Amino acid sequence: MSHPASHPVSRSPLTRRVLRVLPLAPALVLLLLFLGGPIVYCAYLAFTDLQLTGQAHSSFVGLANFRRAFHDDAFLNAVWLTLVFTVLSALVGQNTLGLALATLMRRASKPVRTLTGGIVITAWVLPEVVAGFLLYAFFRREGTLDALLGLLHLPSENWLFTLPILAVSFANVWRGTAFSMLVYSAALDEIPNEIEESAEVDGAGGWRRMWHITLPMIRRSIGTNLMLNTLQTLSVFGLIWVMTRGGPGDRSQTLPLFMYEQAFQNSMIGYGTAVALLLLLVGSLFSVVYMRLLRTEV
Amino acid sequence: MPRSQRRSRRLAADLGLLVVAAAFVLPLAWVLLSAVDPHADLRVKIPDGFTFGNLDAVLTPDITYTPLLNSLILCGGATVLTVGCAALAAYPLSRYRSRLNRPFLLSILFATSLPITAIMVPVYALFVQINLIDTVQGTILFFTASQLPFAIWLMKNFMDGVPKELEEAAWTDGANAAQSLVRIVLPLMGPGLAVVTVFAFVMMWGNFFVPFMLLLSPDQMPASVSINDFFGNRGSVAYGQLAAFSVIYSTPVILLYLLVARRMGSGFTLGGAVKG
Repeated sequence: MSHPASHPVSRSPLTRRVLRVLPLAPALVLLLLFLGGPIVYCAYLAFTDLQLTGQAHSSFVGLANFRRAFHDDAFLNAVWLTLVFTVLSALVGQNTLGLALATLMRRASKPVRTLTGGIVITAWVLPEVVAGFLLYAFFRREGTLDALLGLLHLPSENWLFTLPILAVSFANVWRGTAFSMLVYSAALDEIPNEIEESAEVDGAGGWRRMWHITLPMIRRSIGTNLMLNTLQTLSVFGLIWVMTRGGPGDRSQTLPLFMYEQAFQNSMIGYGTAVALLLLLVGSLFSVVYMRLLRTEV
Repeated sequence: MPRSQRRSRRLAADLGLLVVAAAFVLPLAWVLLSAVDPHADLRVKIPDGFTFGNLDAVLTPDITYTPLLNSLILCGGATVLTVGCAALAAYPLSRYRSRLNRPFLLSILFATSLPITAIMVPVYALFVQINLIDTVQGTILFFTASQLPFAIWLMKNFMDGVPKELEEAAWTDGANAAQSLVRIVLPLMGPGLAVVTVFAFVMMWGNFFVPFMLLLSPDQMPASVSINDFFGNRGSVAYGQLAAFSVIYSTPVILLYLLVARRMGSGFTLGGAVKG
């Protein structure tokens, strides 16, 4: 749509077009320099042997970094742990618990709904590192979880040592469920009451109603939510860093932590960047799928 | 449905929610109780006494004031830049039709969901090359760029909600686009502006990885990084002080969230934000 004809200043069409896109310039410059730049640089560095130790020249090494990665047990371990972490905490944990909370909230009484919502959302709003410390205290030997197990006369355990990947997955569920809960609450609110009521009159039980009516109606939200949870979880660093530093050994070392260790502890920026590029590619793939889900609405 | 059945269903839902709430509240209770407990350790317990000692101990320039001020400078600066650039960028995207709008918005949406963590190693290498490493302004610029995609996206959708007719009146009075943006559009989308601002600020306030990578000198570190110093010498962690600091550091973002919670809650369908 163009300006109304009564627009007071008449300029040549070219000037007008330039003036119209001018406000985009600051954002565009920042995005190109600080987001586009690093991505291009990432794609370049991944094929070099740049090291942290201030060597003057890095040389182009082709696919060596990638070949190395796929023969590196530590890398494959990180891929596997990332997969476990993502599936457990994002796809199963946050997503299911978020949907369950949103469903229950529709039936619960107002005070309980407000209380639960408040607590779950507080966990989400807390800074990542604080969340890490709280869950560290919860899972460590002599922490709250062990105190609870003690009440039940079960043996105590340092969960960060025995099952580190499970502990950080639970931590991520604790921290991230609110997002799914909010997405699903909004989605469920949009289902007209009549549909649920008529299904009820027809005698459809709770689970069948959920499966045949509710879930199909919110399937777009489910797709969006799964995708965003996955992307968010793929880039978790601080939470795991604070709780376990990726350890003990490398037993909770997901890809971001592996990448960091290679680049800075082992001084191999080139190799670390190759891993980063792989992570970025996986992220982009999910991102494209996510955009297709939203496509009709742009 | 008979009333008794409805009531029992409500009771079941209440119980279910309360179980989850109890599990979620334990770590939160630990931090609140330990902050005022003179003998805090790792587990949730009723404090054996009440003290402001932990707060007193952390409320020093080195431990609290400097890191919080650093956080405020970093996040405040980046938030102002983000919101300013996003408001400017959103205006032509929302008001004028152009062949470039769609590809631009799609790229923005794509960038929204990229894992920023993945590019931090190249960003570090790049910042070393161009001498921006360990500078506050460099970190602010990167923070801004990382928040811009989502901020532009949200801002554009909120701006779409302001009817064009209101602007046309101003145009006939001789206002140009810039005046109409500042005097009419932005004030009318106040709530949306608040959501974008608070969201950007909260995301950066809690961000650990970006300052951890891009800043090196301890005296420039924001609270998200300096909090790790409590674990400096392992074995002798003062949990009470750690908890007290966590409470101080987290309070601003919780208050800010409460400020916009209602608006965020109602408009939280990401789909809704997409549809605008």
